Amino acid sequence: MSANDQGLPPAADLAGGHQAVSAPSAPSRSRDWQAKIVPPILVFFGFIALWYGYARFLLDENGRKTALAYPHSVVSEFFGGAQGEQPWQLLSATWLTFIVALAGLLIAMALGVIFAVLMSQAQWVETSFYPYAVFLQTVPILALVPLIGLLFGFGLGARILVCVIISLFPIITNTLFGLKSAEKAQHELFTLHRASRMTRLMKLQFPAALPAMFTGFQISAGLSVIGAIVGGFFFGRGPRDLGNRILLYSNRLRPAEMIAAVILSALLGVIFFQFFGWAGQRLTRSWYKGDN
Amino acid sequence: MSEAPTSLDATKSLRFDSVGKIFPDGTEALADVSFLVQPGEFVTVVGPSGCGKSTLLRIASGLDEATSGSCEVDRSNIGYVFQDATLLPWRTVKRNVDLFAELHDVPEAERSKTVADAIELVGLSGFERHYPRQLSGGMRMRASLARSLVMKPPVFLFDEPFGALDEITRERLNEEALRLFAHEGFAGLFITHSISEAVFMSTKVHVMSARPGRIVASYDIPFDYPREPELRFDPAFAELSGQISHSLRGAHE
Repeated sequence: MSANDQGLPPAADLAGGHQAVSAPSAPSRSRDWQAKIVPPILVFFGFIALWYGYARFLLDENGRKTALAYPHSVVSEFFGGAQGEQPWQLLSATWLTFIVALAGLLIAMALGVIFAVLMSQAQWVETSFYPYAVFLQTVPILALVPLIGLLFGFGLGARILVCVIISLFPIITNTLFGLKSAEKAQHELFTLHRASRMTRLMKLQFPAALPAMFTGFQISAGLSVIGAIVGGFFFGRGPRDLGNRILLYSNRLRPAEMIAAVILSALLGVIFFQFFGWAGQRLTRSWYKGDN
Repeated sequence: MSEAPTSLDATKSLRFDSVGKIFPDGTEALADVSFLVQPGEFVTVVGPSGCGKSTLLRIASGLDEATSGSCEVDRSNIGYVFQDATLLPWRTVKRNVDLFAELHDVPEAERSKTVADAIELVGLSGFERHYPRQLSGGMRMRASLARSLVMKPPVFLFDEPFGALDEITRERLNEEALRLFAHEGFAGLFITHSISEAVFMSTKVHVMSARPGRIVASYDIPFDYPREPELRFDPAFAELSGQISHSLRGAHE
């Protein structure tokens, strides 16, 4: 007997009027987009104007050379070579920092997820290790960096380690929170059907954890860039990455180069942060209703 | 097959024998509950909120243990529909309906047919690729029903599955659950606090008292299946509902 023989009405009739939420139409979406992009641009120009005003009227020639350069001198530093250095100096330093931050982040992601999974599976693992995860979070990284340099040298490996330390905690906590976020009733479904621990982890806890996991990745992505800068800055020697350059320029009183380097660091952080936000959204947007 | 003739049915039926439940905190949820649900029976337990009705189902399914008495049922394949649809939000309707078969390692080839059938049976054809958040409450409940139907369980437990829905949706789903019952012939145990839902659905209604829950009255519901929606306006229906309402009020005090 088929369903129609039994006179089952089609489901749409029975939806009780609560139909799928309709997507916003195209024009309103582009207006949203404009509303989001225009105010920050205005703020940006206001800021640049203030900057010019300060450098022009409150500083003399000497001040502009040693403290705050004009914005356009900073821009020319992006493309390097203004004061006798090799061209593209800053961009190659940025590339190096990018590699360090990315390597550190990827290692932290792997370690963080593994730790969170272990903690979610056995309470004793959580009890034993969580305090040290908190320790990683609260230890002043600035104080730790020289020690790391002394222990592991001042190369890229040690810088990557700084990135791992600084970005591990948010990944652990967010992933752990996510793994524990599946509802009790959902767990009971798996209990009723005698799912193994592994099945429960892979089919219930992991998918449920994805949104929180990506929140952790996103926070840590920004932190990892900071770790890479801090490492290079405090080592002050070894490979020439952005942190290393920032220290050098500040010692040499070269504000234009230094500001350019600082802006590049911030941009790198923004790119990392945005990428993981975007990736997380792509993976979960079909089913996850976030708060935004 | 060396056992007594009645045990042929025993694998497909559900029996509570003086079941009692006292929680670790001392709360006595159930006391001396005994009844039988056989294949082709649709038994409903009505009772005030918090009387331990749901605990009965949790014991039947093995999620909780009885502290006294016993519950006999084959737990290897038991249908259990929760109060909430409890769909996995990251799975489409189709993949949600597929879940139990997947957990039982049913081969892919067998699954796709039974999944499609179950989706059709609950009237969700065309919504296979929708995610739960795109569905209304009633549609989610249908998906939840379909998910349990896939395993063709001989015993089906319903824990106030339609309690959160509006009245019209609830009545329609009552009618459909009955069609599924007629179609599948399972032994159904249904929990509700709605008397009209109980009378409309069931072959038998047990009235449960407030804590500790015990069966204080039982009614055979004589109406034939299939039951039409108009049955709800039948004088005999009203008479029976009145009696049950009376014992329920007595049980409340």
